[in-house]
Amino acid sequence: MTEITDLTLNEIVTNIKKKKISSTEVTKSFVERSEKSKKLNAYITENFSSAIEQAKKFDENPNYELKLPGIPIAVKDLFCTDGIKTTAGSKILNNFIPTYESTVTQNIWDQGGILLGKLNCDEFAMGSSNETSFFGNVQNPIGENLVPGGSSGGSSAAIAANLTPVTIGTDTGGSIRQPASFTGTVGLKPTYGSCSRFGIVAFASSLDQAGPMTKNVKDCATLLEVISTFDKKDSTSIDFKRNNYSSELTKNIKGKKIGIPKEYRVDGMPVEIESLWSKGIEYIKDCGAEIIDISLPHTKYALPTYYIVAPAEASSNLARYDGVKYGFRSLGENLIDMYEKTRSEGFGEEVKRRIMIGTYVLSSGYYDAYYLKAQKVRQLIKKDFDDAYKKVDAILTPSTPSSAFKIAEKTNDPVSMYLNDIFTVPVNLAGLPGISLPAGTDKNGYPLGLQIIGKPFDEQSLLNIAYSMEEKINFKNKITNWWM
Amino acid sequence: MKDINEFLIKRDNNNYEVVIGLEVHAQVTSNSKLFSSSSTKFGAEPNTQVSLVDAAFPGMLPVINEFCVKQAIKTGIGLKAQINKKSVFDRKNYFYADLPQGYQISQYKHPIVGEGKVILDMPNGQKEIGIERLHLEQDAGKSIHDIDPNNTLVDLNRSGVALMEIVSKPDLRSPDEVNVYIKKLRSIMRYLGTCDGNMQEGSLRADVNVSVRKKGEKTFGTRCEIKNVNSIKFMQMAIIHEANRQVDLIEEGKSIDQETRLFDIKKNETRSMRSKEDAHDYRYFPDPDLLPLEVTDKFIDDIRSEIPELPDEKKKRFIEKFKLTPYEATILVSDIETSKYFEEVIKNADVKLSTNWITGELFAVLNEKNLEISQSPISATNLSRLINLIKDGTISGKIAKIVFEEMIVGDQDPQKIIEAKGLKQESDPKALEELIEKVIQNNADKVAEYKSGKDKLFGFFVGQAMKESKGKGNPQLINKILKKKLNG
Repeated sequence: MTEITDLTLNEIVTNIKKKKISSTEVTKSFVERSEKSKKLNAYITENFSSAIEQAKKFDENPNYELKLPGIPIAVKDLFCTDGIKTTAGSKILNNFIPTYESTVTQNIWDQGGILLGKLNCDEFAMGSSNETSFFGNVQNPIGENLVPGGSSGGSSAAIAANLTPVTIGTDTGGSIRQPASFTGTVGLKPTYGSCSRFGIVAFASSLDQAGPMTKNVKDCATLLEVISTFDKKDSTSIDFKRNNYSSELTKNIKGKKIGIPKEYRVDGMPVEIESLWSKGIEYIKDCGAEIIDISLPHTKYALPTYYIVAPAEASSNLARYDGVKYGFRSLGENLIDMYEKTRSEGFGEEVKRRIMIGTYVLSSGYYDAYYLKAQKVRQLIKKDFDDAYKKVDAILTPSTPSSAFKIAEKTNDPVSMYLNDIFTVPVNLAGLPGISLPAGTDKNGYPLGLQIIGKPFDEQSLLNIAYSMEEKINFKNKITNWWM
Repeated sequence: MKDINEFLIKRDNNNYEVVIGLEVHAQVTSNSKLFSSSSTKFGAEPNTQVSLVDAAFPGMLPVINEFCVKQAIKTGIGLKAQINKKSVFDRKNYFYADLPQGYQISQYKHPIVGEGKVILDMPNGQKEIGIERLHLEQDAGKSIHDIDPNNTLVDLNRSGVALMEIVSKPDLRSPDEVNVYIKKLRSIMRYLGTCDGNMQEGSLRADVNVSVRKKGEKTFGTRCEIKNVNSIKFMQMAIIHEANRQVDLIEEGKSIDQETRLFDIKKNETRSMRSKEDAHDYRYFPDPDLLPLEVTDKFIDDIRSEIPELPDEKKKRFIEKFKLTPYEATILVSDIETSKYFEEVIKNADVKLSTNWITGELFAVLNEKNLEISQSPISATNLSRLINLIKDGTISGKIAKIVFEEMIVGDQDPQKIIEAKGLKQESDPKALEELIEKVIQNNADKVAEYKSGKDKLFGFFVGQAMKESKGKGNPQLINKILKKKLNG
């Protein structure tokens, strides 16, 4: 028998609208499954009883016009939620309860969504394996002691383990797409400026974007439609005409031109990834789209550029966590001593490393050599894409250079950890939309994803290509419930 | 030609010139802050005008206040400056308890306003002071160290309030010039309504850069920056102290360290705050939460069309149209409210008399009572009535002063005072003749003396006649009649 928790978002919505199931039944199902899944450590804060209460209220006075009618949804703990603890995975915000709501989550509640809980993530979204979280690492539902990716690791684990119908993450350098790839799920990073950053704990402001993490492409389109809105409270939000992504979703991609960038064929890439990519190309051809070889010559500079720009912004964005106004404070002899103790004890190792890198690259005497140069390279990377998009409609690459790895395997080697983001960071640097679609498995049966990169604000084409490929690929995630 | 106003610091064998540049922080007149909608009203209870943005809560983002941008551009136009159509907000990073974000949003490499100038009216003529730039930035909050013996308290009401930092070129050469420069800058901004210039409330503060060099030298000496001085008097004291300190060091053969110094008002001295080595590395970089600020020509032109007549133009007009002396015009235009008052009075009254009465009697009263002209106890209408009564001979200048004193209480119509007190001038020749006749009869001995050649006694007779008329006699007529009677 199919459990409610096995259903996709769109299936649940249809059933609720047809009154076959109630919001309360749906919410209870996800709460029960979440209760049984504590071993995954996907949640930082549970909102279960309150969610069931809200579901009951919805059922008493249902509104089926909404896009998410009475749907319980757990979200990454980087989104500020009014009255619910928001930690960003950090000790320094361990006791922080916002009095305000992020625009993206507010959009979800406005469409009938109900907060199920706050999901684990790397501290301040800095990590690729969810191992930097103050609240402990997260287990990948795919296999024991396997990382779920990061930084949206709680989100990817929760969606793969059916703890929530859909979820949202944030993506600064791959934090939605890489965990989606590691867990056999769909993750979309929208064009920079699509989703408001208001109320999202900032990591690197010029790169951060919220996005949907779902079981399939259709759910992804539905959720994007809800969360992508213009917001005056975010000066980088862009007022463009947003599609009705789910209703305009089509598998007809005939005549679309898809670029294959040669620079993404990196040394030492596992053969499985190489063959997955080749299979992806065949699928696209089967869908009637055209494959065109392209070059993105500055790709090799993307990772070093990213690891200058992102820490630089982070070092400044995280200055506000100083123990003065809110959050964790360690007592000190004087102001400077209080700062030092608070920040030394309140931040984890990876966050401190990035604050130091960021502080260094912005320092006088180094600014030109690092930060300024990185900004120039960022423009070149963006230009690569601009040039490519004169010839193609979208670009197909692998999502990650490997499948999920073991917990603790890379924690002592930051650079090898950073290499996880090699295919995803150029997309953030150029502000483009990118989606990771589960496309196969490696020899261990661990999922592997393919990434489609789109033109700015052309999420519709991105979703359409993914939608048509999804049907051809017909990927089935193998979740054994090993943790139960 | 020797400049009598030249300010030099003299030692045995050397004369030193003082070179001064000012960074003026002027609070933008605006109801809300630079990047949030919190109120900017002065004097509210601590931490009652603080939004989540001002207190830097997680996920909060700045949104530029368009009105503050307009105010900065308006000020730039008033300073005859280059308006930059594209400017960039940067983060100036440093930790302090009253700086919630851990950085101040400011403009570093690309300010909204570029080079401009301010004309100073000095006793020996005009002097032009170059403006290097004007940029927008956030104010910090306030740390209060003297309320709680164990804790520093923080008030964030001021956090995020819009400031214009106006940086002069090192063109100032004396404390007097600094005085005139600050007053002129304040005058221009008050004309424009972009800064109220209230130094007591901290709306106008300055960092003062001072260096000295031997007279005639072409290169600048090493400068020291005196932080955050909030009155013109203190700026002048700080400059004099600091310049002398630097001169003493040079005279002793020592070098001057480039450093930031604080002015201690009580001790009247500056002392080191931090040396160049300890200078903060502010790690400026463009604020990624804010796009570059771009304004169109139309946006600037619309602001330009709102610019009122400014002090320099007004002064020129007053001189040309009303034949005022440059000195009188400078006084009358220095404050926009004074110029408005003046123009209101002269609508219906004689210009020369109005000028004298405003700059003389009225200013004396305002000074004595410590009032702004906008709080003047005598309205422009009533002052112009008084002047007309003098002009048409109804009262003498002397009586007018008595009437003026009466007018101060309750802004009374001078005509009514004159009637009530019977102060109208006696200009009837017959009545005056009778009265003078009486004086002559009562002072026969003095008349004899006068006639024998003691001309000086004429004044005595005038005085007696005035006294006899209870001060109301028309002085010109009394003179005329007396001359006729005594000499005839």
